[in-house]
Amino acid sequence: MNAMKKIKGQFSRLQGLSERRKNLIIALLALLFPPFTHLLLGMGANRWTQVANFFFIYASLGLSLNIILGYAGLFQLGHAAFYAIGAYTTAVLSTKLGIPILLLLPLSGLVAAIFAILISRPILHLRGDYLCIVTIGFGEIVRIALRNDASSLAFLGKIPGLSGFAEKVSGLVITGGPNGIFGISRPSLFGFTLRQQWHYYYLFLVFVALTVFAMRRLENSRLGRAWACIREDELAAEAMGIDTVQMKLLAFAVGAAWAGVTGGLYASWITVIAPESFSFWESVIMFCIVVLGGTGSIPGVLVGAAGMVVLPELLRQVLLNIQQWRMLLFGAAMVLMMVFRPQGLWPSRRVRLGMEEEESLAAS
Amino acid sequence: MALLEVSDLTKNFGGLTAVSHLDFHIDEGDILGMIGPNGAGKTTVFNLITGIYPPNSGEIRFNGGSLLGLKPHSITERGIARTFQTIRVFPNLTVMENVMAGRHCRTRAGLMGAIVRPQSQQQEEVSILQEVERHLRFMHLWPYRDELAKNLPYGDQRRLEIARALATDPRLLILDEPAAGLNEQEGRQLMDLIGQIRTSGITIFLIEHDMKVVMGVSDRIVVLDNGEKIAAGTPAEVQTNPRVIEAYLGREE
Repeated sequence: MNAMKKIKGQFSRLQGLSERRKNLIIALLALLFPPFTHLLLGMGANRWTQVANFFFIYASLGLSLNIILGYAGLFQLGHAAFYAIGAYTTAVLSTKLGIPILLLLPLSGLVAAIFAILISRPILHLRGDYLCIVTIGFGEIVRIALRNDASSLAFLGKIPGLSGFAEKVSGLVITGGPNGIFGISRPSLFGFTLRQQWHYYYLFLVFVALTVFAMRRLENSRLGRAWACIREDELAAEAMGIDTVQMKLLAFAVGAAWAGVTGGLYASWITVIAPESFSFWESVIMFCIVVLGGTGSIPGVLVGAAGMVVLPELLRQVLLNIQQWRMLLFGAAMVLMMVFRPQGLWPSRRVRLGMEEEESLAAS
Repeated sequence: MALLEVSDLTKNFGGLTAVSHLDFHIDEGDILGMIGPNGAGKTTVFNLITGIYPPNSGEIRFNGGSLLGLKPHSITERGIARTFQTIRVFPNLTVMENVMAGRHCRTRAGLMGAIVRPQSQQQEEVSILQEVERHLRFMHLWPYRDELAKNLPYGDQRRLEIARALATDPRLLILDEPAAGLNEQEGRQLMDLIGQIRTSGITIFLIEHDMKVVMGVSDRIVVLDNGEKIAAGTPAEVQTNPRVIEAYLGREE
């Protein structure tokens, strides 16, 4: 596409320099991480590979929330609900019907997206803090419904004609209540079943790499631009011919779908899930990953995930027995961040550009 | 033929009647000016046409079809683009990205297009950039394409809003006090650009507070006072209309 290159060359400022070399180094480091830690720590390496796997899960969750919160600017504090829906879709269908995990992953995403569309359609006109409160409520409803298992469907008995059906359904065991679901099968490909931490490490690495690739493209597309416009000025976006309701719905659906797939991966890795794995605290962590890292910034979300997942683990390993201090340090770090670096650890290019210009204006 | 036809349009806000039984039309290729004192209901008329408020009664027809009940984005898609009285560019997007927003409703790429980037999506992106370049050059904004919109001087932001509106390929362009806040020279340049836009085949409907500005550029003028049409006609007719003089200068005691 010569025409493309030529015309893009004229809009130079927002095009980054060639980052191929930097990406290659990162890819190499990521690929060598498991063997390297194994050489260094022997059997202790497993612990760190597991931490890395948690990092990947949260990085992926952060990136999925970033579509909703970072690109479209919609406050969403119930993202754990979609993560849970994905995880339970995979868990239930794999344990009850024995469907292979790799087939269930896209299905988990689809189910999460359907839920996202159903619940977000009526609340999309809410703004900022109101939307935030409703999403918190939704997150809690999902967690409690999973806890109550099929008996949460007992309300159907109130509908005339359905009382028999409701009685039958509400006695079923689907989500396993507070105990959750055990024995979720592991993913296998061409007869090879993933068992070790480092097997999952490479699966998750590929998944996060694909996610980053897709997000970068999404950000610089017609949809990404439409989301940016809505974030900036919703009325003006609507007046410029952008269907704001449809675009916001799409942001919710895509973000939820990605969280759902991540939930499926998580379920097949941990093999035991329970409602408490998807508490409000999980939504808060995802929110913090995006905001602390840098809203709308892909590297920012990765840095945020490292800060929220790897850093506490490092602290625990280095400073012995500070378990009870961990949250305090965390809170203090967060307050300091918001005071001294509200744009996040690695702000998006756009935020950086704006700040540089403000600084240069102030200087001149 | 009338491109836009407004008949018996009424809008109440609580007990206040902002627009009352308003009738007017715009012929294709014309420049229609709407003037009136502050609070006469001019901006409300724009917001009714562009679907931001629903009217209490009356009819708005564009190009033969009714606009009632349509959302603002589908009205834009049908060919009406607007600017705002208080500038509403996307402040933290670049000048180029602002104008790209206008192409949204004329392009189709979806989720798959964004991630897979097939040939068709790439061609679409090229066509967007070509259109953007054309509009930016026309509005004399090409040198500032990579600046953030919020860093542009006021007059440039006004032109950016017009460029963004033009990028939606409108048949009717609605300008809400485009010369407000501009100095005399900037105002003249802008009116010159508006004349050129009309020459390119786009019909223009403009609100202006300042009589002088609007008289020079409009083919016909509608005068609004307290939500009612008090006069309509050519600039010369309107200028000598006693009711217009009264509305602007007050009644002689």
